[in-house]
Amino acid sequence: MGMSAAAQFHVLAVDDSLIDRMLIERLLKTSSFHVTTVDSAIKALQYLGMVEDKLKGYETPEIHQESNSLKDIPVVIMSSENVPSRINRCLEDGAEEFFLKPVQQSDVNKLKPHLLKSRSKEEEETQPINNNKRKQESSAPFNKNSYKIKI
Amino acid sequence: MEVGQMQRQWIDYTRSLFIEGFLDAQFLQLEQLQDDNNPDFVVEVVSLFFQDSHKLLNDLTVALDQKSVDFKMVDAHVHQLKGSSSSIGAQRVKNCCIAFRNLCEEQNIDGCLKCLHQVKQECCLVKNKLETLFRLEQQIMAAGGSIPLMELSF
Repeated sequence: MGMSAAAQFHVLAVDDSLIDRMLIERLLKTSSFHVTTVDSAIKALQYLGMVEDKLKGYETPEIHQESNSLKDIPVVIMSSENVPSRINRCLEDGAEEFFLKPVQQSDVNKLKPHLLKSRSKEEEETQPINNNKRKQESSAPFNKNSYKIKI
Repeated sequence: MEVGQMQRQWIDYTRSLFIEGFLDAQFLQLEQLQDDNNPDFVVEVVSLFFQDSHKLLNDLTVALDQKSVDFKMVDAHVHQLKGSSSSIGAQRVKNCCIAFRNLCEEQNIDGCLKCLHQVKQECCLVKNKLETLFRLEQQIMAAGGSIPLMELSF
């Protein structure tokens, strides 16, 4: 296929419904995204390295916000509930888009412009790359060009 | 039966499922996501739905059988069933769930019990319909044919 790591965007999809995870994964893969799915917000934070990996059930996770790059990850919310006040609140709190479930191909098509925008913003940055990012790029499939989808 | 006949049968059967409201456009989305690399996608998702719904319906039966019904929990289960039925395009099940949630909000036990019965029936119906559809598909494939492309144009 010849797709370079730089060209492929990685999406982290979060949904507690297995059926919806299967659907969103197929939808995204059809659009050539690299996809990781998790079934909870905690697992999403663990995947992003923002909380400790091994948490016991009763422990409250502490969120580490060391890596600046993580807070630049665009977030899209998906929900089956069409509640305008809630949707507006999500958008005001920083979500890029809101998708009403069931998510359609046309929704997924809206993602790339956001990702291309954030990628070109990065390329403008002249800050030196920190060790954190270098480590991420060599070990995990995760790269900075991630899009997190939440329920 | 030769392939062409089977394919026409498939088309007619599929069309009837849409006309009768068992399925909606979301089911077509599922079919579009199936390809040579994921040839069993629709069957897998649908099977998962029926496993899931079976459990949810049992949980709902138990929840509504309690002396003091926890309507929040009932609503949570119905919400989940509504979500998954909507995701696979099982329209009649989804619509039943919508009515069900309203009854939960009203804390109407009798209404909920009637609705539960109806949802169970609808799940059973759509399950049989889809099993028939998948059987037809298997017969077509076994005879060397391919499944026609379905478009909603009626």
